[in-house]
Amino acid sequence: MQNRETEMSRRSFLGKTGGLAVLVVAGGVTTVFADSKQSEQIKKNPQAYDWSQHDYVYLVDTDKCIGCGSCVRACQKENHVPPHRFRTWVERYVVSHDGHTHIDSPDGARNGFPPVVSDYNVAKAFFVPKLCNHCTHTPCVQVCPVGASYRTKDGLILVDEKRCIGCGYCVQACPYGSRFIHPELHVASKCTLCYHRITKGMLPACVQSCPVQARMLGDRKKNGDKVAEIIATSKVVRVLKPELLTEPNCYYKNLSKEVY
Amino acid sequence: MSPEIIGYSFPNDIHVTWSLMIAMYPYLTGLVAGAFMVSALYHVFGITALKPVSRLSLVTSFGFLLFATVPLLVHLGHPERSLNIVFTPNFSSAMAGFGFIYTAYFILVLFEIWLIYRKDIILLARRSRGIKRAFYACLALGVYDISEPALAVDHKTVTILAAIGIPLACFLHGYVGFIFGAIKANAWWSTPLMPIVFLFSAIVSGIALLILLYLVLMKFANKPIEPECVQALCQWEWLFIIVTVTLELLEIITLAYERSEAWMVIAPLLSNQLAFSFIGIQIVFGSLIPIILLGIVVLLRSLLTNPLRNTIAFIAALLLMMQVFTMRWNIVIGGQIFSKSMRGFRENYSPGLFEKEGILVALLIFLLPFVAIAVFQKLFPNLEPSSDHAQKVEAH
Repeated sequence: MQNRETEMSRRSFLGKTGGLAVLVVAGGVTTVFADSKQSEQIKKNPQAYDWSQHDYVYLVDTDKCIGCGSCVRACQKENHVPPHRFRTWVERYVVSHDGHTHIDSPDGARNGFPPVVSDYNVAKAFFVPKLCNHCTHTPCVQVCPVGASYRTKDGLILVDEKRCIGCGYCVQACPYGSRFIHPELHVASKCTLCYHRITKGMLPACVQSCPVQARMLGDRKKNGDKVAEIIATSKVVRVLKPELLTEPNCYYKNLSKEVY
Repeated sequence: MSPEIIGYSFPNDIHVTWSLMIAMYPYLTGLVAGAFMVSALYHVFGITALKPVSRLSLVTSFGFLLFATVPLLVHLGHPERSLNIVFTPNFSSAMAGFGFIYTAYFILVLFEIWLIYRKDIILLARRSRGIKRAFYACLALGVYDISEPALAVDHKTVTILAAIGIPLACFLHGYVGFIFGAIKANAWWSTPLMPIVFLFSAIVSGIALLILLYLVLMKFANKPIEPECVQALCQWEWLFIIVTVTLELLEIITLAYERSEAWMVIAPLLSNQLAFSFIGIQIVFGSLIPIILLGIVVLLRSLLTNPLRNTIAFIAALLLMMQVFTMRWNIVIGGQIFSKSMRGFRENYSPGLFEKEGILVALLIFLLPFVAIAVFQKLFPNLEPSSDHAQKVEAH
């Protein structure tokens, strides 16, 4: 799965650069001619995935999340996420009447949450799943010195593991803590919205595994897409850290003011 | 093993991605830029009291430049792909400019050193025999003209190169500050003051290093230490450390006064994890005490004997070398002690002694430039400008 995903991200990258010849220096010098494999594939097989026909959005309904951690486990399994690193995680907020907020996410909620212990009367408590926001104006892509982090035409932020030099600048630049350096591959790693799945018409592992549909994947270019419709019309949908102007494509419904 | 977390940290934020090596990198490039500034003070601004260190400063700058990229290479996950930065740069990234700035500066310093040493090289070639002669002859690049007019052209070129070198050195190091200063995700880094603070503290470290090197080299070579030179170095050092500390405190005070969002994490950071290294080392031991010591040298000049001045200068320079390193540490590591959740802190980070990016490797990397300087001194014995050379410089 990992290999296929790498292959896919590479292909998308090559497609993105169009007909340009890209000089790759990795140990020796290898020249790769990127002749837009994507369009070639579509010509051969009209059913093949066409990334210009999609524009993905992600929606989290915090009112629905029960903090079971299924999504975290599914993601880790699907994407071979190394220990103590997270492509997605779930936070628990326990808020008192006077605004005191206790937040935790034990091991990213991989195993759900232990019973809450608080020394105050709880006014509200809720769970917030987090993941890469796939921002339109993302600092992680901006700061990548070699263009290994890039934005796909269908609206995702991916990392080309064969180009990444492992400098960690993108990890520093992401305001949401969504990236990490893979301890074995020594490259930047992050949520891909399970690109290897969604390009085959499947759902991301986290969306698929959520028992209460707190996580939803939408497509702005699909007619009558319900998720895109909610994002467009709802007055209770917002994004994280909007003041940073990164324009996330991951939206939150019913998000409490304590979350950022 | 996970570090201890106070408050709530995003789970990926518990890892310190930029290690001791990334603190080493601005420290080394700072010494490169700072030492160059000393040579520029002499060559461009005509501070003739700095003549005894005019060559040493340039050679020191070059020695550190040779190894400035080593900590980066040690840190990179894939150092074998490092040249991608030059071959396929992504120009929206500040980091992409690195290769070009570094190369430009490298060529400039190399050329400047060659011009300054040209006469020495030719004389050495004439004096030596066999392989040695061939070596020096090669370095002369086929030009053996050391007539007065030729040397005058050399000198003029050196002045121009030094003048071009000032903005280049500022760029080389200011750019490092920009790498941090332009990260809006990090409250401790994100300030336009960052490149300026980096630059001024670079000059502080460069002058401090030259004070140390000059005193030690003269002592070991049993040569007289020029009091005027030490005095001048101390004066400039005093000026630059005062400006640097002012800028460093200005940033903190502004954040505190504004009660900005950033202050909500920086206040606990400074009073807990960074209390010792920021308040203790960077401000009190590294700044306040050297400012007093150098103040004595500058203001009570007539009361000081030469050995006393040298001792005070030596102690102040040592403390300042430490101050600048601590400043790098506090910026690089401090910025990763708190989470971007703005609500959580990890326990303080301390590198291991033997790990890949640990203390021993850092010390080795720091020693390499000194080895380079020693080798250079062996090949070209006149680190101090010879008197006739000096006269010529003065004549122009």
